[in-house]
This record gives sequence, structure tokens and C-alpha cells, in this order.
Amino acid sequence: MTQVDERFMYVNMGPQHPSTHGVLRLLLKTDGEIVEHATPHIGYLHRGLEKIAERVTFPQFTPFTDRLDYLASMNCNLAYALTVEKLLNIEIPRRAQIIRVIMAELNRISSHLIAFGSFSSDMGAFTPFLYGIREREFINDLFEMVCGNRLTYNYIRIGGVSKDIPDGFIEKTKEFLDYFPAKLKEYNEVLSYNAVFVKRLANVGVITTDQAIEYGITGPNLRASGIKWDLRREEPYLIYNELDFDVPVGKGEMGTIGDSWDRYMMRIYEMGQSARIVGQCLDMLPQGDFTAKVPKVLRVPQGEVYVRAENPRGELGFYLISDGSIKPYRLKIRAPSFANLSIFPLLAKGVMVADIVALIGSLDIILPEIDR
Amino acid sequence: MIEFVNHIFSHLINSLPITRLLVVIGIMVVASIIILMFVLLYEGLATYAERKVAGDIQARIGPNRVGPYGLLQFVADGVKLILKEDIIPFYADKWLFVIAPYIVFTSSFAAFVPLSYSSHVYVADMNVGILYILAISSVVSMAILMGSWGSNNKWSLIGGMRAVAQIVSYEIPTVLSLLAAIIITGTMSMRGIIEYQSGGLGIFRWILFNNPFVFLAFFIYFISSIAEVNRTPFDIPEAESELVAGYHTEYTGMRFAFYFMAEYGDMFIVSAIAVTVFLGGWQIPFIAGLHINTWLRQAIEIVVFMIKIFVLIYVMMWIRWTLPRLRVDQLMEMSWKYLTPIAFFNLIGSSVWVALFNGKGIYDIFRGLFIH
Repeated sequence: MTQVDERFMYVNMGPQHPSTHGVLRLLLKTDGEIVEHATPHIGYLHRGLEKIAERVTFPQFTPFTDRLDYLASMNCNLAYALTVEKLLNIEIPRRAQIIRVIMAELNRISSHLIAFGSFSSDMGAFTPFLYGIREREFINDLFEMVCGNRLTYNYIRIGGVSKDIPDGFIEKTKEFLDYFPAKLKEYNEVLSYNAVFVKRLANVGVITTDQAIEYGITGPNLRASGIKWDLRREEPYLIYNELDFDVPVGKGEMGTIGDSWDRYMMRIYEMGQSARIVGQCLDMLPQGDFTAKVPKVLRVPQGEVYVRAENPRGELGFYLISDGSIKPYRLKIRAPSFANLSIFPLLAKGVMVADIVALIGSLDIILPEIDR
Repeated sequence: MIEFVNHIFSHLINSLPITRLLVVIGIMVVASIIILMFVLLYEGLATYAERKVAGDIQARIGPNRVGPYGLLQFVADGVKLILKEDIIPFYADKWLFVIAPYIVFTSSFAAFVPLSYSSHVYVADMNVGILYILAISSVVSMAILMGSWGSNNKWSLIGGMRAVAQIVSYEIPTVLSLLAAIIITGTMSMRGIIEYQSGGLGIFRWILFNNPFVFLAFFIYFISSIAEVNRTPFDIPEAESELVAGYHTEYTGMRFAFYFMAEYGDMFIVSAIAVTVFLGGWQIPFIAGLHINTWLRQAIEIVVFMIKIFVLIYVMMWIRWTLPRLRVDQLMEMSWKYLTPIAFFNLIGSSVWVALFNGKGIYDIFRGLFIH
């Protein structure tokens, strides 16, 4: 038995708490409203995905990646497909590559919409959440057109995509791109620059540049700390080096660089950039095959490879060892949310209970990815 | 109306002592049932209105299945809440837990008594009307603390402590703002205050326009009254995304409904005070001096009074579905650093105004300049 300090109150935030974004359990040691220490306990969702990978064939593991980060299934599919393709060393048709970029960026928008919405709901404003859901519905319709699913999209396959984009998809996507910028403006009006919202987030949970690097933080959370690091720019995959887009970084507009407001705002900016990318891709989409020739029974040559891709939450990496059989010998998944959560106890020291909610929301963690 | 009732029962009251007692008790029971019916109907419709307002703001429809336009939704909700299992946590302090919601509801209900709905429709004309309402509605904080302590839940306890801190803090600017207005009228009776505001086309002698200090006091009062009734952006005692509904986490079914009804009851009360003290109560704008049938006049006055109240309630709902929630320390800061000093300033300013201009408002002074 550990000695319990009676000056403090120990409360469990989660696993069923509405703001722990899934099944995170935080053990808070609080002095009234002030949090003395927070310990994240994970593992409530553990599914042994990495072990499952060793039991199924290479293509069979693709649907499991949908469930990694269920708000960005396309991006997870893509990262896995890129990993296997790198070992296979095959050429992907250009049309397939561009379709993949379109899907990845649309999924980035839809993931950021949920991040925006759930964060606003954490902050007590429920209305923007429904606005985010409303726009995501549009993207869900698009994804339903291409793959029939509305949550765990399983569209990107090893070698390309599962089937060509249907008729009317391009027009409908263009319609979305026309409609979306006005909505981003609306989000800024209703929430981003709202005085109460800014007051809640500015200078709260500041991650300095050094801390961000030390803890291996990636994605919008890293960029909010002022580091211009985006794998789409630094290690371009697919056709990203041909595209014209900006990488927004945190400037401390409302307070310090790397505070919760900066992290929130990164996602708003990135949605705009993703919409730009989708627009360019639609214009350059050529005719051609939507998939490379991949054998039914896929034997991946012996070797090991680490491939990473820029997911909505940061760097998703797959470390794959193949022994030349039809199944992976070992698959290690580097999930961005896990690293992003690791800094949490550091940030949570000495803040108030309400700030804990702001911190979890601004880090935009997703538990299925952490627990795997 | 009360005079009429009194007249009918007057000879009964003046007969035998025992009959007199029974008659008085009878009148009290009937009167409370009438008020209760009114309160319950209002609260039902207010929950309906809240959902429709939320629906409008969030670009969705709101209830539309039960009854025409979903108007009977609140009846269905009532039935559902009655049928729900009544859960009392095993380790709860049962007595406190059970009684708390009733105290909350009773204090909200009792505050309806001194309101003056029209020049002849009122339950009791107390010469300390406002003081009575402020006193009786302060019981809420105690009852909330009872319920939160009795729940034996740490989140509830934090919610209860927050509620007390908040309600006690915001009571001060509320009372000071009302005092600024009461100094002008020289009475605390609800009827007296409204009658003071007669004339001036039924709008220009509203205390709101009496002098610049009370104009400011109205806004201070309105802001702090939103905090008094625990609604967003000041809903930190329940804060569903932080404290998982705070003080009423453990309550189910009808016990929860009593808390809920008390909130809507309090919204009515604070709006009614604002209307009575600042917005001329049942004074009919622009046609106040018109000679119309007494009964029709009463009806119009009631409608006008209600419309003014519902406009304020609508503003509260509108704010709730737009703004994020403040943090507890920011909330305290707002009360103690901003609202309370401004309220003191208003009180002094208003007193000086009354002393300088002999109790005349801006309208009277201007009138005095042009009409001799």
C-alpha cells in the first residue's frame, strides 16, 4: 500500500469522463481546483494490433489500420500501404497517387473538424461542435461515394486504391471546396477569436520548442511550438513535392508560442491548406490506372523498413520486418498521439481542473491509436 | 384580483376562528397550486424553447415528433423522468442527498410569490419584495452544497464548492446594481417600483433610462444574474465537460428534474426582477396612457410583462449556445475585479444623481427644460 497524502484529493478523470476523448484515465492529485500531479493510465482499449499483424497476411492487415486512428483511416491506410510498397519496390500509377493525396487531405480536414468541434465542446461551447459535424458530413458523403463507409474508410490498398473514383465525385468535391472557406471564416468568428475562448487558452499549457523536440511531439502540436516540420515537405511522398501549400507554424498570436490557442489554431489553418491541396489535385488528375499490378498472394521480399507519413495528429510510422513470407514478421507502429500524450504530466502540473480539459483537447489525442 | 378574492372571503374570515383558519389554509393551498401550475407550465415550455433556440442556432430542427411542432415534448420528458429509476448512491448521505433538490426547487418556487404580473394580478405585495426574493433564492447555494456533499462524489463536491463560491461572489454585484435602482424609487415593493415607472409613454420613465449609472447597472445586473442561475458562460458548477455535470452527477429521474426545473424557474425570476426594476414591469410601451377596458388592460399588461421577460430569457439562451465557458478563477476575477467595483461606482453615482436632481430622471429633467 502506498501512503496517501491527506492534503490532496485524488480523483479519477476518466475512463468514462466526457472530455478524455475515448478511454483515457487520468489520476489527478488535486488541491481543491489546482492539479498537483496528473498520471495518465492507458491500456483500456488494448487490442494487440501489432501482434495481430504477425498473424494475418499483408493485405489483410489494411482494415486493422482503419481502426488505428478512426478519424483518419485514410491516412493510416496510406501510411501502411506506403510501408509495404517500399519493401515491394513497386511503381504506383500517377492517377492512384493523386487520388490518394485527395483522400488523405480530405480526411485531414475531416479529422481536424472533429478536433475543432470536440475541443470547442470541451470548452463548454457546444454549437461549434455541430458546425464541425455539419461540414464533416459533406466529406463523409464523399467517402461513402468512393468506398461505402462513413467512419472506418478502407479505400487505399497496397498498390493503389481499391477502385476508381465514381462519377460525380470531382464535381461534388469542387462544390465542397467552394463552400468550405466561408465556413472556416465562420469558425473564426464564432470561436477562435472569441474573448472567453482566447482567455481560456492563451498562455495555457505552453510547450516550448525544446520540450516539443525532447518528447517527440509531432504534427500540428509540434508546429504550434514554432517548428516548421511537416513530413509532406521534409520527406515528400506521393506527389506532395509538386504541390503548392504552406506549413503554418505557431506565432503566439494571443500569448506565448506553443500555447493551447496556437495548437488549436494550427488545425484551423491546416484545414485551409488541405482544401488548397485538394483543389490542385483535382485539376491535375490524369486518366490511367487506379492500381498497380499486385499479385493476389503477396510475398514481400525479406528486409526491414521504416516509413512515416504526416497524419492529422502527427507522424505515423510503421516499422516493418519481413522474412519473405506472406505475413509480416514484426510490425511496430509509431503512433503520434502516444508521444503527444507523453508530455501531458509535465503540462498538467499546477494548472486548474478546467485547464486539464483544455490540454487534452488541444493535444488532440486519440486513444485507439495510443493503446493499439 | 386579490382584492376581489379577499372580498369574497372577508366575511368567512371574520366569522369563527376555526373556520377562519381553515379558510386561510384553503386559500394558501389553492394559491400555491395555481402558482405551481403556472410555474410547471412555464418550465415545460421553457425547456421546449431552449431546445428550439438551440436548434435554430445550431442549424438543426429540435423536437418535432411529440405533438404539433414537438410542443408536447416536455410532457413526454416529464413522463420519462417520472418513470426513471430513482438511484441513491450506497455511500451517499441519504438525508442530505434526498432533500437537496426539493430545497432548491422550493426556494426557486417561493421567489415567484412577490412578483407583480399586472397592476391587479399579484400574489402578495410585500414591502420588502426584492429583499425577500434575494434572500429566498440564496438558499439555493446551501442546497446545492448539501446535494453535492451528500452525493459522496468528488466531482460533485468540487461542483458544489464552485457553486457556493460563484453564487456568493455574484450576489454582491447583483444586489448593488439593484440597490442603485431602488434608491431612485425609494421602495422595495415590486408593485411600488413598477408604479414609479409609469408615465413617459410607458418607456421613457423606465429606471433603465433614469440616469447613466442605472443604465450601466442593468447590464451588470444581467451579467451577474446569469452567473446566479449557473448558466453558460458561468455554468462552472455543473460544467459537463469538466466536472461531468458537477453537483447533480448522481441524481436521476425526478430528483434531477427538480434541479433542472429550479434552473428554469430561476431564469424567470432573475428576468422578472430585471424587467420589474429596470424595464418598467408591466407598463405597456407607448400606449400606457390609453383608456381601455380594465380587464383587457390587465390582459395586455400580463402579456407585455411576459414578453419582456421572455426576451431576456431568450438572450440568456442565445448566450448559452454561443459562448464557451470561463474558468473558475477567471469567473471570480470578473466578479471581484470588474463587476463589483463598477456596481459600487453605479451605486454611488446613482445616489449622487438622486441627491443632485431631486430624484428626477433624464426624461423628467428634459421635460422640465421645455415644458414649464
